[in-house]
Amino acid sequence: MSLNRILVPVKRVIDYAVKVRVTGGKIDTNVKHSMNPFDEIAIEEAVRMKEKKFAKEVIAMTVGPTKSQETLRTALAMGADRAIHVEVPEGQEVLPLQVAKLIRAIADKEKPEVVILGKQAIDDDSSQTGQMLAGLLNWSQAAFANKIEVEAGKLTVTREVDGGLETVSTKLPTIITTDLRLNEPRYATLPNIMKAKKKKVDKFTPKDLNVDITPSIETIKIEEPAKRSGGKKVESVDELIDKLKNEAKVL
Amino acid sequence: MFSRTLLAARSTNVSKVYLRRATTSRNASTLVLVEHKNNAITSTTLSAMTAATKVGGDITALVAGDAPDDVAKAVAGIKGVSKVLVAKHAAYAKSLPETLAPLIVATTKAGGFSHVLAAHSAFGKNVLPRAAALMDVNQISDVTAIESEDTFVRPIYAGNAVATVKSKDVVKFVTIRTSAFEHAETGGSGTTEAVPTAETASPTEWIKEDIVKNDRPELGSASIVIGGGRGMKSGDNFQLLYALGDKMGAAVGASRAAVDAGFVSNDLQIGQTGKIIAPDLYIAVGISGAIQHLAGMKDSKCIVAINKDAEAPIFQVSDYGLVADLFKAVPEMTEKL
Repeated sequence: MSLNRILVPVKRVIDYAVKVRVTGGKIDTNVKHSMNPFDEIAIEEAVRMKEKKFAKEVIAMTVGPTKSQETLRTALAMGADRAIHVEVPEGQEVLPLQVAKLIRAIADKEKPEVVILGKQAIDDDSSQTGQMLAGLLNWSQAAFANKIEVEAGKLTVTREVDGGLETVSTKLPTIITTDLRLNEPRYATLPNIMKAKKKKVDKFTPKDLNVDITPSIETIKIEEPAKRSGGKKVESVDELIDKLKNEAKVL
Repeated sequence: MFSRTLLAARSTNVSKVYLRRATTSRNASTLVLVEHKNNAITSTTLSAMTAATKVGGDITALVAGDAPDDVAKAVAGIKGVSKVLVAKHAAYAKSLPETLAPLIVATTKAGGFSHVLAAHSAFGKNVLPRAAALMDVNQISDVTAIESEDTFVRPIYAGNAVATVKSKDVVKFVTIRTSAFEHAETGGSGTTEAVPTAETASPTEWIKEDIVKNDRPELGSASIVIGGGRGMKSGDNFQLLYALGDKMGAAVGASRAAVDAGFVSNDLQIGQTGKIIAPDLYIAVGISGAIQHLAGMKDSKCIVAINKDAEAPIFQVSDYGLVADLFKAVPEMTEKL
């Protein structure tokens, strides 16, 4: 059995290794960006499904400013066949429900049987888009996937839940969101990066797709978190136990 | 009653005051989605109940399950809960979002709730956004403080920034960070009432679960937590932490590096993408202190780091740091306590 098409939405975010700073009530975005780590895992899983002949085509998509094209090129270099860019103005915030509506519009056009998304974006940390998309499309969902097995007409997915693992079987079409341990994403090789430049990227705007992206949630302020005054060192285990008992009074 | 358009049309300061009064005096009514397992309410639900009291107004709980009666009775006894809605059907036995989300939507519409709350646990994260999308509203995730009916505080960028957001949605869907809210107490006397089921057919079938058996305190609610990292070198060495944990009544968790290396199971991961904890005492053993790990524990009241690398970033957030070989320091500590 083989799926015709897997759709993988990806997001360009501030690189996970960058220590994010708040300056003047805003996040300093003049730093290195890269593909959201959970989305790399999503692309990797889709490409592996294609390599195992479980799927015929992998389409990567993103919602973001012009610069998000780099992220699509990375997805293409990892093995996605083509890409779709839903372009929004630089600095425009698009909330998960609106992203889910844009993905639904693309899904209506492309008719994928499986959409694989990351379980959360490491910038807004919402963990909503996949579940919302499943609701909008009225498809089955398996969030926080640790393992995916393909069977006729369904997927068996092991999910990471509080306390351990849970296995469910979802009928196609379905929405999967990836957890960290689903796979180890590959690096794009130079020849593949070159090849990716020739792959097709279709462009749309939210207007083309008839989706209003006006946010229903307004950010009033962004602040730095309270700083911890760490750094005190103790010399021995005895001193540590003494401090915990008599100074911090936590033992 | 003033109509919204009438109020909006006015532009003097006086009418702004009116508008604010009109907004805050509208009675909030919150529906809390109850998470339960093996016939018991989870501690995450108790935190969600406390968060609901911060919204103000009536609190109603929704308990769905194949045999939810005992849980419903227990929920009715939580302080602040005025009513418990009970949805009983075999389809709700395994908390599948495909059946729970339509139930939440139907219950929210029937009850005219202004807020729907759940814990930001694996359960809440799975179910609530699906229901929010069906209601055509956005969700506010992982809230650490509730400032008013429509204004919430939540960490973003792995806790490196804190955002205050205001929702304009008609119904506010909110998941709360459990470590930021105390557990609700018992002593309530709510009533229970059956509610009709919604969509019960599911395209997803529950197959099985592998829950890790653990006699130690639960990671999310323990007052002392010991976390082990890559420095533990092997899964067997975690016995050192368990021995110390048993002496202290502590839960044991791990960094992503330790989980990825296969030392312990993934449900013990503390961090941005694992469990977020805020115990009275957190002891980081052989953990360097990557941004993603700090996101999960930096609100602990007291942080201790034991690491042989004096330059490890964990020492910048620890209240007490001990530069030492963990294989000597941990057994010594276990012995001396």
